[in-house]
Amino acid sequence: MILDKFINNTGQWLKGVGDYSHIVMSSRIRLARNLAFKPFPSKAKKKDLVEILSLIEEVMNRINFFKQATFLKINDLDMIEKQFLVERHLMSHEHAEPSEGKALVVSDEENLSVMINEEDHLRIQLMQSGLNLDECWQIANSIDDALSKKLDFAYSLQWGYLTACPTNTGTAMRGSVMLHLPALVMTKQINKVLVAVTKLNFASRGFYGEGTQASGNFFQISNQVSMGYSERDVIQNINELIRQIIEQEEQARQALLVQNRPMLEDKIFRSYGILKNAHIISSQETIELLSMVRLGIDLDIVKDVDRKDINALFIMIQPAHLQKIEGKKLSAAARDTKRASVIRQKLGGN
Amino acid sequence: MHCDVCGKKKATVHLTEIVDEQISEMHLCESCAREKSAQMEQQFGLADLLAGLSDFGKQEKDVQSKVKIRCSSCGLSYEDFRKFGRLGCSECYDAFKTHLSQLLKKIHGANQHLGKTPVSVPKAEKQKIEDIQSMKNELLKAIHLEQFEKAAELRDKIREIEKRNEG
Repeated sequence: MILDKFINNTGQWLKGVGDYSHIVMSSRIRLARNLAFKPFPSKAKKKDLVEILSLIEEVMNRINFFKQATFLKINDLDMIEKQFLVERHLMSHEHAEPSEGKALVVSDEENLSVMINEEDHLRIQLMQSGLNLDECWQIANSIDDALSKKLDFAYSLQWGYLTACPTNTGTAMRGSVMLHLPALVMTKQINKVLVAVTKLNFASRGFYGEGTQASGNFFQISNQVSMGYSERDVIQNINELIRQIIEQEEQARQALLVQNRPMLEDKIFRSYGILKNAHIISSQETIELLSMVRLGIDLDIVKDVDRKDINALFIMIQPAHLQKIEGKKLSAAARDTKRASVIRQKLGGN
Repeated sequence: MHCDVCGKKKATVHLTEIVDEQISEMHLCESCAREKSAQMEQQFGLADLLAGLSDFGKQEKDVQSKVKIRCSSCGLSYEDFRKFGRLGCSECYDAFKTHLSQLLKKIHGANQHLGKTPVSVPKAEKQKIEDIQSMKNELLKAIHLEQFEKAAELRDKIREIEKRNEG
């Protein structure tokens, strides 16, 4: 099956490299675009959706950025395959709902993905490892330019890009940064930070997307406002906020090390020990333990495992991934066993 | 004039509905109007919390002259937009212009796009946006340097241009 090539790969955004990669997992820019004079997907009829898709597909075929990309029609995929793509952060839960005319385009490196006929006609997403919104924006901007040479986008001089939801109108750009903040959680300072984030008109979500609880000490911070600022100003504002949070997390990590290094090392190595030795493990427990090991790597306490392997595990331990690796449907209990075995294999456990 | 619903009391609330440029009017007494408005309110979902932002604090006036609008291109009514929080097509932005203008200001704190323009937009049009952008930068600089007179001047200029663009 066409998705098999992704299974043994780790997306470029999970490599654990780039600026501040000891705290910043990844950066993401998402642009929403709609074709002018066509109903938005929620209001479009089946034949409109199919027509919109073929218009976009035809244009993409002539653009270099998409030459190597994989083109997937959502209705051609089964439940596990769709879930697999959601788990890899390549598309939203909503996009997995069956509908004619929905498609997903993914680059081989998985840093570029485009949802067609989700809430808007086009959702262009760029992801990079570390704090790197600037590069995400540069690429997204060029792709948008290339597309807009051949497609007539819905746009008004006053309100910018017109989107299905008015919360996106304007630049229709959402920049988000995935942060790993275990020390701020452990020192119970995280709420203070999140309150400040909200007050400054930014949103905070969990690792596993919109509407999910923060787990594994991951927090995804993104801009709420999309009108009245240029894309570059929005990115600069996010960067400034993120740098402040990074500083706070660094201070909290130092405080933990100074105040109680043995306790911290104990917590980290116990987590590592369980992951290497467990034969049955739930996803929630895995995520919490992986977070501790990641902290261990970032503080140079754990030295024999690579950050990118831990990052990859956060993705691989999810239900559809386990079932894709196994090649068949697994019950919840069977997944807990398979999960433990996948982790042991990756970490060289027993 | 008597109320269209109960036919007894005096009609003091006048409802105008516009569907595909067809205007229909409804005249209601105060208690029938209140009932109708309560029915509407009950239908509002979570999305309305968002859409309702635009009408916040104006409910009194709304009961007096509730205008029902519908997008002539995709057929979406403003009521449905309020319910689901999603617009039906790019033309909806024109159809619901007045309401959306307030709503966008509430959401974003601004009413003028300052980001990129599609490649296809003519240079002269692009220039307008760039002018506002550079004036806004100047405004921030003036505030930073505590040149408040200059800042006020710039603020008024920006408002004026934005108003003109609203057209």
